[in-house]
Amino acid sequence: MSPSLEAVGLTKRFGTFTALDHLNLRLEGAKCVGFLGPNGAGKTTTLKMFTDLIFPTEGEARINGVSVQQDRKRALSVCGDLVETPEIYPSLTPREAFEMVGALRGMHPKEVRARTAEVLAEVKMTEWADQKVGRFSKGMKQRINIAASLLSDPEVAILDEPSTGLDPRGMAEVRDIVRGLKRENRLIFMSSHILSEVVDVCDEVALINHGKLLFYDTLASVTTRLNRTSTSVELAFLGPVSNETLEGPVASAPGVASVSRVDAQRARIVIAGGPDTQAAVLESLAAAHLGLVSFEPSQSALEELYLQEISKGD
Amino acid sequence: MATLSAPGHDGSVTLGRVPGTLSQAFLLSRYQLRDYLRARRFLLMMAIVAVAGGIISFVVGYYHASSPIVKGLIASPAAFYGSFWVSGVGVMIVFSGIIFGGDAIAGEFQNKTGYFLMGLPIRRTSVYVGKFLAAYAASLVAVVVYLLILFGNGLYYLHWSAFSLPLLESFLIALLYLAALLGAVFLFSSMFKNSLYAVLVVAVLFLFGFTIIQELIVGLVKIEPWFMITYAENVIGYPFMSSIPAHMTVMHGARGFTTTTYNPTYAEGFANMAGYFLLTAIAGLFFFEREEFT
Repeated sequence: MSPSLEAVGLTKRFGTFTALDHLNLRLEGAKCVGFLGPNGAGKTTTLKMFTDLIFPTEGEARINGVSVQQDRKRALSVCGDLVETPEIYPSLTPREAFEMVGALRGMHPKEVRARTAEVLAEVKMTEWADQKVGRFSKGMKQRINIAASLLSDPEVAILDEPSTGLDPRGMAEVRDIVRGLKRENRLIFMSSHILSEVVDVCDEVALINHGKLLFYDTLASVTTRLNRTSTSVELAFLGPVSNETLEGPVASAPGVASVSRVDAQRARIVIAGGPDTQAAVLESLAAAHLGLVSFEPSQSALEELYLQEISKGD
Repeated sequence: MATLSAPGHDGSVTLGRVPGTLSQAFLLSRYQLRDYLRARRFLLMMAIVAVAGGIISFVVGYYHASSPIVKGLIASPAAFYGSFWVSGVGVMIVFSGIIFGGDAIAGEFQNKTGYFLMGLPIRRTSVYVGKFLAAYAASLVAVVVYLLILFGNGLYYLHWSAFSLPLLESFLIALLYLAALLGAVFLFSSMFKNSLYAVLVVAVLFLFGFTIIQELIVGLVKIEPWFMITYAENVIGYPFMSSIPAHMTVMHGARGFTTTTYNPTYAEGFANMAGYFLLTAIAGLFFFEREEFT
């Protein structure tokens, strides 16, 4: 059976405020799904209902077909999760905390020891295995939390903004860890508001705002869905670029609608057309030997779609 | 980047059956107790026990030759333990209840340790029971240390007669009282998400709140306060008495103003403690099961 997560009419109201409004979403198979949305969109509320931290007003959350609300123990037995920034009992060491997690999950002590060494190495916390968690920084705690969620090598991983609290290096490492988690028969559901993180590690993306699902699609389809008529691209040159160059070979490249200077070595062009036109412009500029060192869309397709969809609801 | 997988496995860890609710409760209590024993709160509790035990040891040691009252207290195990053990153990139980149980459930919300635990395949009942067992064990350590300090004094002054059956009986009753009190403390703790509020409410209620309420009930309503947990505490001292004290009404002055001192029977005391333990455990679990980690 392939791993699955399913929200069936999942609704959460806090008094008169509807945090999540009849969410119907089914994720199935080995993949990484990014759960995007602005702050307060309902991402964490959804993940908390999948882990039974809060209870739905209506509907049900299912993991591998088992209702979390009906049988949390069975549903969560295949799931590793990291929601918000959990704290481990401060007087325990990571090794002891993992012993506890493993025992509560029914893992064999020998296997717990082996997995502890692996996951601690993965999050680069091996040398801290026997130090009390209470002394750790927020970033170190988050690494330990990630490791704890992976201890049982779960089929389903639910990660709520896993890079929260980490420095840029730590964020990059978390991205590597999540990428490394992608394997046969594992479903990863990861919330984030960092678009580049989602583009970097996810195969599919679900966008939520005001408690409603706006779309759920593969990252590859996002560009198609966007139906772009123009793309803004930033060009960087080896040295200072003259106005003649910008107004000449750059502006006259087929498909370039407009050119503007950013600074001495960089310019921004707007290309009228889709990916084919972009390719033609790039080839034309490369052929002109202008000392072009980078050709980068100013906004990713996902970013553009995100802003487009979010602005609809505002 | 290596894929996370257990050595010798095709990318998956062999999971045994997730342990049952009670097994998980015992498992959790082991780690929770370890956390308690290493924490400052345990040192605080031990300091309270040491200060109380130290003062008693000093007073007895310094005055036993000169004071007829102290001399009388070390004349027999009943007098010695009936005085020092009975007067101190209730206080030790209340302090340990506050220290280990006051924020036991509220802290899971405020300190976010609950977010770590509740994401695991574990019922809330296991968490509640596991934390209760750990708090009970940590409190028991404090009570036993207090007992040992007194017993050490007893051995010194009373020699072999320090081994007293009434002391054992009283200790066992104190254990039941501890269960009842912790049950009630856990109930209050499960009603709050803020540790400070929970500890404050528990401290105020158990240090003097219930005693004041009990006095008001007896003084104004003039009924036996059989339903007050503090009323049952009296039973801890009964093993040292030759007979169980009866209710006693005293008339003051010519206008017929009376005050009554009520004393529970063994049965009433046990029923009170067992009732508190069961009812508060059920009510506390009810609250904890419905509380959300928002």
